[in-house]
This record gives sequence, C-alpha cells and structure tokens, in this order.
Amino acid sequence: MAIFIIRRLVISVLTLLAATFIVYVGTAVSGDPMQDLYGLQDAGDAERQMDERRRVLQLDTPIPLRYLSWLAGLLRGDLGQNIRGQDVSALLANAVAATLQMVIAATVLAIVFGIVTGIASALRQYSGFDYALTFAAFLFFSLPVFWVAVMLKQYVAIEFNNWLRDPVIPGPVILVASAINAVVWMAILGGDRQRRLTTLGVAFAAAAVSLEFLSATQWFADPGLGPVAVLVLAVGAAFGVTFLISGFRYRPPLVSALVAAAVGCGFYLVSEPVLADPSVWMIPLLAMATVATGLAIGYLLGGLQRRQAMVTATATGLLTGGVIMIDYLLQAYAGYAQRVRGRPISTVGSQTPNFQGDFWQAGLDSGGHLLLPTLALMLVSFAVYTRYTRASMLEVMNQDYIRTARAKGLTERTVVTKHGFRNALIPVTTLMAFDFGAVIGGAVITETIFGWQGMGFMFITGLNQVDPAPVMAFFLVAGGSVVVFNMLADIAYAYLDPRIRV
Amino acid sequence: MSTELERTESARASATAPAGVDGIAVVARTQGQMVRRRFFRHRAAIAGMLTLAFVILLAYTSIGFGPVTGWWDKTYVSTGPVIDGGRPTLGLVPNFLGGDGIRLGEHPFGQDNVGKDYFALVMRGTQRSLVIAFLIGIVVTVVGTLVGAIAGFFRGRVEGVLMRLTDTMIAIPTLIFAAVLAAVARGTGNIIVLGIVLGLVTWTNLARLVRGEFLSLREKEFVESARAVGTSPWRIIHKHILPNTVSVITVTATLTVAAGILLETALSFLGLGVQPPDVSLGSLVSQYQTAFQSRPWLFWWPGLFIVAIALSVNFIGDGLRDAFDPRQTRVRA
Repeated sequence: MAIFIIRRLVISVLTLLAATFIVYVGTAVSGDPMQDLYGLQDAGDAERQMDERRRVLQLDTPIPLRYLSWLAGLLRGDLGQNIRGQDVSALLANAVAATLQMVIAATVLAIVFGIVTGIASALRQYSGFDYALTFAAFLFFSLPVFWVAVMLKQYVAIEFNNWLRDPVIPGPVILVASAINAVVWMAILGGDRQRRLTTLGVAFAAAAVSLEFLSATQWFADPGLGPVAVLVLAVGAAFGVTFLISGFRYRPPLVSALVAAAVGCGFYLVSEPVLADPSVWMIPLLAMATVATGLAIGYLLGGLQRRQAMVTATATGLLTGGVIMIDYLLQAYAGYAQRVRGRPISTVGSQTPNFQGDFWQAGLDSGGHLLLPTLALMLVSFAVYTRYTRASMLEVMNQDYIRTARAKGLTERTVVTKHGFRNALIPVTTLMAFDFGAVIGGAVITETIFGWQGMGFMFITGLNQVDPAPVMAFFLVAGGSVVVFNMLADIAYAYLDPRIRV
Repeated sequence: MSTELERTESARASATAPAGVDGIAVVARTQGQMVRRRFFRHRAAIAGMLTLAFVILLAYTSIGFGPVTGWWDKTYVSTGPVIDGGRPTLGLVPNFLGGDGIRLGEHPFGQDNVGKDYFALVMRGTQRSLVIAFLIGIVVTVVGTLVGAIAGFFRGRVEGVLMRLTDTMIAIPTLIFAAVLAAVARGTGNIIVLGIVLGLVTWTNLARLVRGEFLSLREKEFVESARAVGTSPWRIIHKHILPNTVSVITVTATLTVAAGILLETALSFLGLGVQPPDVSLGSLVSQYQTAFQSRPWLFWWPGLFIVAIALSVNFIGDGLRDAFDPRQTRVRA
C-alpha cells in the first residue's frame, strides 16, 4: 500500500509540473503585458514604466527560460512578484482562506445532500419523487453558474433583506409552503394509501402551525430557539437517527439516543459560561467530548445492541450539539443585525469591513457572506452527485447479494444501509476528485460576481494583465488540490473495494 | 455483440416473421433499429430534440446569417430611439383575459439602453453559441476517439505517452485551461478558432472512456480471429471495435457538448470568450447583470436561451444513454 501511494505521489507531482509548464506558456503568450501603458500621455514616463515592467516580467528572455526561472524560484520557496511588484506569496495567503471557505463548504454540502437525495431517489425509482428530482438535477446541470448567482443576489439577498424589515409571512405563502412540505414528506415516506394520507395531513398541519407561529411572533426579527425548542429538536433527532440506524424493534438503541439527547439538553442549560464567547479550539474539544460521552452512554445502556446503541447515542449527541450551536448563533443575531443595518445576507465581499464581534457574531458574518456563493456553487455539484449516486445505487440494488440479504430475512433497513449504501458509495469517491476541479472553476466565476478577493479573482486579474506569477500561484493551489484529491480518491477506492489488489 | 452487417444478413435470412408463443410477432431488428425505437419512446429526449430544433431554426432564420437574410426586420447592430424604456412588446395573455393580446410587437424582447433590438441580439448570441457547440462536438469526437482508440488498442509505450498527456490535461481544471487557451482565439477574433480551442480542452473525458472500452473489447474472440486472419490493425479498429463503442462515444460527446455550451457562455461572461463587437449569450448576461432591478428582461432572455439549449442537449444525451443500454427494461423496444 505504501509503495502504491508513493508511486502515485511521484507521478502526480510530475503531472502537475508538466501542467504548470502548459499554463505558464499559455498565460505568457495570451496577450500583451504592456497593453495599458500604450495610451499614457507622458511619453517619457510611459517609456520608463515600460522598461520597469519589462524588467519585472523578464520580457527579454524567451518564455521557456522564464518558466525555468519561475520554477527555480518555486523550489526556493519564492512565488515571485506580480506585475506591480507585490509579493505573490503574501497575496496568496490572504486569498486562499477566503476561497477555501467557499469551496469546502460547497463541496461538503453538495456531497451530503447529493448522496442522500440520490439514495432516496434510487429507492423510490420511477415514483413522482424520482421524476421530480431527476428533472431538478437536469435543470441544475444546465444552469449557468453566473446566471444563477445574479438571480440569487436579487431574490435571496435583496428581497430577503427587504422582507426582514417586516418579517410577516403572508397567508397564501404559508399554505403553499405547507403543501409542498406535506408532498415531500409523503414522497419520502411512501407506503400504502392510508399511510400516505396520514403523512400528508400531519406534515401539512405541522408546517402550517409552525409557520403561522413564526410569522405571528415576528420570530425572524429576533430569533432564538430557547430550551423548549432545543429539547423538541433533540428528541426528534434521537428518533430520526434510531429510525435510520436500527429501527424501533428493540429498545436499547432508542433509549441510549434519548439519554444522549437529555444529556445534551442538560448541558445546554448550564452552557452559558462555556459558550458565551468560545475560542476557536473550544468547539472541536466539545465535539470530542460529545463523541466520548455518546460512546459511553451507548456502551453502558446498549445491552445486546451495544454497537448500534453507541452509534445512535453519538450521532444524537452530535446533532444536539449542532442544535445548541444554532441556538447561540440565532441569539447573537439581534446584536449583529444592528451592525449590518438589518441586512444580514450580503452580496459583496467575504466579510463586513472592520468587523469586530464575538465568536457567534463573527460566525454569522461569515455565514451571511458565504451563503450565496456557496449556494450557487453547490447547485451543479449537487445535481452531479444525485445522478451519480442514484445510478450507482440502482446498479447495486439489482445485484445478487442484495437478493441474498433479503432472502436471509434481514430488514429492508439493514439491506439498504449495511449492504447497499456502502457498495454504492465506491464509484462516488472517484467522482469527488473530478467534481472538485469543477467547483474550483465555478469558484472563479462566483468570486467575480460576489466581489470576493479570493484566488479566483487573483487568477482573472493576472490573466487579464498577462502576468504569469499570480496565475501560476493560483494554479499551484488549484491544480495541486485536484491532484491530491485524485490521489485520495484512488486510495479510497482501493481501500473500499476489496476486489482491487493494490 | 454482433455488428449491423451480420444482423441484417440474418434478418434477411428469416424474412418471414413467424408468430411467437402468445401471438406476438417476432421481428428481427438490427441494433441501430432497436436503439432508434427506444430513443423515440423517451419523451424527455424527444422534447429536447424538438426544443433544440426550434431554437436552431429560430436563431438562423430570424436574423439570417452571412449572405442569407432572415424574416426579422431589425439587425443586432443598428441603434435607435428607446421606446417605452426598452420594455418588451411581447404579449402572451389574450385580450379576452385582460391582457395585451397575443402579439410580437416591434421589440418582443425589448431594447437595450442604446436602442438595439434585443431579440436580434439574443438571436445573434444564440447563433454564435450554436456554432461553437457544433464545433466542440466535432473536435471532441474526433480527437477523443482517436486518442482513446490508439491508446486502448496499441497499448505499450504509445498508450503510456497518450495517457500521461491526458492525465496532465485533466490535472488542469477545465475553466482555467479554457481561460488560458481562449486567449489564442481572442487574438484572432475568429469564432471558429474559439470553438476548436474549447474542443481541444474538453476531449479528455471521452478519450478515457473510449480507451476503457477498447481495453475490454480487444480481448474478445472476434478481434482475436480477425487478427489471426491477418487483418491490419486499422481495419480491426475501424471495422470491428469502433462500431461497438458507438454508444459510449455518442452519449459522452452529447453530454460534453452541453458542458461545452456552458463553458463558452461562462468564458464570454468573464470577458475571455467571444469578444465585442460580436455577441454571445454569456457576454449579454455579463453586460446587463446590474440592470436586473430596473430592466430585468435584459437579463432573463439570454439566460433562458442558455438553459433551453443546455437542457435540450442534456435530455437528448440522457435519451441516447437509455436507448443504448441493453438492460433497459422500462421501455419495450
């Protein structure tokens, strides 16, 4: 395995070097770097600036030699200077953080939602839900990212911010939203006519009541969850997780999940001193504590279903932790709203300029700025993952070993989660590598539209100015991550699929 | 998998169709005929084909191209007075329902801020995008199939070199690669060069898939027997193996064309693709993105056409994929 990894690493590095040569030469010949200097009024000054630029960009040496000198600089750890003489490494450091936030958020969300909907769609093949989702996936495939981004700017940002001034949900909207919610739940849960009608009614009523409540109390102006809502959500999470993992036939997993939820809520009630303004490392620390507690609860209360109980308790614990964090974020909104004059969803830049605030307010700020670009980037990736997972899951569910599992008497839940899901995921790992490259390309477009000073912006500016140094810096990070992801995908594939001999 | 020639010969041999067990007539069909039947039962693909045909006809006959004039009386370059703030005169709601009546009016898509007719602009942009899409399709098919076939069939050092080249190109994210290379086309200002360049950026996926198919097909008995008889490698490739890879090639090329359209519009949006004074749907969206609040039609029409073209091509590709799949049980061929 180690030799395989090393061999792949070496080949990847060589491939990347060859690719850097292509990109460097392409950039250098793409235009005239002196373009903006031709129109200057003062002939003497123009001449001086042209000479200066010729020196900085080494325009007198042939292009391959320029590439070699860039490569030599790279091996020394120096990324060169851009056309204005600024150090590219410093520019890159600032830019990478912004872009990576966006790209990672979009990728993770697209993977999670895409795989879940793909599996649900495969299990309900040829149903209305499946057709609707297929059509939606095709639509998202065919949407141009830039068009979607501009529409999001208008409808999600500007209109939503306007609505927040008087956050009352009109009656017809409540009815339509509840109806949609009811139809979606009915499609997901399926079943015979009686069950479907019950799901329809319950989902409709629940959505209508909650939305009416939110509207009447003007919740959106001063949101927060409060202990009651946290408890309800935690218990709901416990039931949901148990339903997915072990079912309700045996008690212990459900009991452990509920105990974990109770512990989480108890922690919530006393968490004020710890979570009022936590430092960055407090959150991972708490996450680890949650996992440890969940495992302990499951182990102690699991009885005969110990392994499943540990999983359900841990998952419930983590979900409850998430709910608590959401509550803190929402409660910080009141203070944050004042600073942004009641318009939380921003369309420009990656953060509010000169922003000072505690951990939660900073989180809201990042989130508000991240929301639109991430949404725009996510749509296409989501469609690709859904289609791929659906196709893969369909193929797996038609295999003989699934039929054997059913014939053995396993519950449908076990057949799907333990046998189908894992095998369906194997081809999807190769997709993750390929998709990451597409997301980076999309990030270039979204950064241009939303005015983020990220890597993509650096790339476009560099390309327009025929300046190889920032373009190469961007490509090193982008191409390097694509290559790393490809390698990880190959390794994951070899690890997951026991038929592949490395 | 038998080729078409062998199947038609056997079909001719059993020319009469004997009645089967349940009175269902058993008809011998070639692979091509079966694929065609399955394709024409795929409703989304038919819808896609009709939409695409409609868009192509509309774009090319309305304002004409080259020496041929169209039926639309305005051009995309002539400016004029801005009537009614440039609002579209297209009416879809009939009079008796309280609307303006179904009519086209002077400027069905409206006018931009210097008085150019927006319908003509959008049609011009659509023409450009269609030309580029067509070129991408041809270049991707030719280059991808050639590289994949040679690499897959000959193996050895040739395959090594070709696959390293392909991997190097894959290491560069598509938009980045296209942005850097499109500068070449920018210099010439020729849209055909842009189409070819974009094709040269996107062929790698098809090459990989074709190589995979060739790798598995070259081990089959009919290839072995052809080689034993002394058939030259090129004849084996093009007469025996290539017809069996047609399914992969067609589907992948179609889907690559759809992605290519979106790539070209994205490049034009960033200012790196089709250059002014020529018009592309992407450059129209880019120009008027801030006008969304005051003059939304300037933004909606080009975007809708991009979506329509890409969606139709995607549906056609999906229909082809389902038509070529022999395990498809949903639609009876």
